[in-house]
Amino acid sequence: MPGIKELAKREEQMTGGHRLCSGCGAGIMARQVLLAASKHKVICTSSTGCLEVATTIFPYSSWKVPFFHSAFENSAATCSGIEAAYQALKRKGKVDKDIKFIAFGGDGGTYDIGLQSLSGAMERGHNMLYVCYDNGAYMNTGIQRSSASPRGSHTTTGPSGKVSYGKKQYRKDLTEIMASHHIPYAAQTSIGNWRDLTTKVEKALDTEGPSFINIFTPCRLGWAYDPAITIELAKLASDTHYWPMYEVVNGEYKLSYKPKEKKPYKEFLQLQGRFKHMLKNEELVNEIEEEIERRWNRLLKLCGEEVQQ
Amino acid sequence: MAGDKVARTGNEAMAEAMRQINPDVVAAYPITPATEVAQLFSQFVADGKVDTEFVTVESEHSAMSACIGASAGGARAMTATASQGLALMNEMLHIASGLRLPIVMPEVNRALSAPINIHGDHSDTMASKDTGWIQINCENSQEAYDSIIQAVKICEHPDVLLPAMVSDDGFIISHCMEVIHMLSDDEAKKFIGEYKPERFLLDVDRPYTLGALDLQDYYFEHKRQEIEAMNKASKVIVEVGKEFGKKFGREYGLFEEYRMDGAELVILVMGSTAGTTKTVVRELRKNGIKAGLLKLRIFRPFPFKELSDALRGAKALAVMDRSDAFNSFGGPLFEDVRSSLYDLEKKPLITNYIYGLGGRDIGLDAIKGVYDDLKKMTETGKVEQVVNYLGVRE
Repeated sequence: MPGIKELAKREEQMTGGHRLCSGCGAGIMARQVLLAASKHKVICTSSTGCLEVATTIFPYSSWKVPFFHSAFENSAATCSGIEAAYQALKRKGKVDKDIKFIAFGGDGGTYDIGLQSLSGAMERGHNMLYVCYDNGAYMNTGIQRSSASPRGSHTTTGPSGKVSYGKKQYRKDLTEIMASHHIPYAAQTSIGNWRDLTTKVEKALDTEGPSFINIFTPCRLGWAYDPAITIELAKLASDTHYWPMYEVVNGEYKLSYKPKEKKPYKEFLQLQGRFKHMLKNEELVNEIEEEIERRWNRLLKLCGEEVQQ
Repeated sequence: MAGDKVARTGNEAMAEAMRQINPDVVAAYPITPATEVAQLFSQFVADGKVDTEFVTVESEHSAMSACIGASAGGARAMTATASQGLALMNEMLHIASGLRLPIVMPEVNRALSAPINIHGDHSDTMASKDTGWIQINCENSQEAYDSIIQAVKICEHPDVLLPAMVSDDGFIISHCMEVIHMLSDDEAKKFIGEYKPERFLLDVDRPYTLGALDLQDYYFEHKRQEIEAMNKASKVIVEVGKEFGKKFGREYGLFEEYRMDGAELVILVMGSTAGTTKTVVRELRKNGIKAGLLKLRIFRPFPFKELSDALRGAKALAVMDRSDAFNSFGGPLFEDVRSSLYDLEKKPLITNYIYGLGGRDIGLDAIKGVYDDLKKMTETGKVEQVVNYLGVRE
């Protein structure tokens, strides 16, 4: 597990000067992942999305490692192809280095349009890490609803209005879906906890076979908050039990973080414009909070933790 | 295996070509009538006859995505598909060519849904004609086998660096046993040579970004380069076809001219129907009718100049399309052929026949009827009906 001093000494694999928003979680996410991966030679792919378009405007690139993008729904399939090329060329003696593979995708490219491609790549067992940076909507195209958007959030295709409070459904639990593929390593972490994030990336890259990490990544534009509080918001998501951090290692669940005291979900909501319309709807907020607790308690059981009533 | 005369179906011939190419990566998904190609290939993998990494993807979209990743990675990558599979790949076809990745794909022509149909017509590859892929159409298994091997060399040529699909007609060729001449494994290997990409992702000490966002200030230049590569492909296709002929006795060009010497009545067709047409041409020639056949092999890049030169002497021309373009003016082959003749001072009378959709059989009589129509046209000097539907109940 690298300390902050050691991480600070490592060479940056992603340079500044990219066009991501100030306070963007995705840039923080990619930088932390690459710092954690820097002891390896890595090749990265990304689905179409903010991370890709803002870091690779030709003829510039923020990526100091080989980086490849082809389309929106296929970061996993594309990465699996490069990994297959690696296996073949290594066997033939045409590549002699040890290389690791990281596929990035946002929640749109992962939970929704890229789910099939991801499932296929994980099932086939490629030696690669898939990183989903979950910011809860299609941010690159302008904040449209995804299956990762939280219930009640305002998005441009699930807006709140006179007769609607925004998204009606709870978010899909993608990390659970990945764990159900019985891959050797699946985890959930957050940019709010650099130590947990970098540790998990290291673990995933040291794992033989496919691994998956779902990273909570605030979006200041889509969530409408002060860009200074990106990390604070990410921490609040875990402190309210909305975004638990845990890992599933060879089928064994382990909770990575348990807040000393659970904070009310409303504290997370009230800092963001996307929830502004529902703050007065106490019934809805309570209902959501109950669902968050139900999911949290279920996770505690899976992790063999004591459930507090 | 030594070079030999063997009996092979179209699919087997395609799979044998893939075995001899021994690609680094094959990513494929089953689809009738091309399923066998990947299936037979997977047995070659299982039997250790190739040392390919075989990726059993969950869709054709992922098949092409994985091939694109593998090719960008520095590998020689292949897949095989047909019809709906090709349609599902469509987005990625443009990306393979746009990123200048020399992927070779055996393709078995099959009608597109709806209505669903598994038999041979050209609607699938015609729907992919503007994807930036080289398109090679084959009359029979021999051509399919030879063309797949040539395609590797064509695509990887530094002036080209484009992907290619090599097609034959579903079931009519894919499932029909024919005698073919195969190269020996060694001959095939030597002919295609080793793949040495200039830049590739697995070369981690020279990291680079591929697939970057390319906006108003560069996209056009990159597309212009791609267009130029397609322009240059014609020359390379001819060179490789000649070299193949010199080494193995079967020369290939952009198209085949069959009894075109002094031909006045000409049918232009692609694929297996060319074989049937040859029989009719021989019969007509015996009876003193100046019939000829122009079998188009390369549909992309389209040989505009060469084709208009070859058709200069024809009095009447029937373009046979095994698909329709739904533009209210005939098939896609007709569009391009008609356009190639525009600058000729003396143009042949030209007509279009849509035939064989959904694998509808086309026999000698039907083709004989087309030549009869052409004869009538030369007699009256008129094209009575520009677009005709051959063998359909109306």
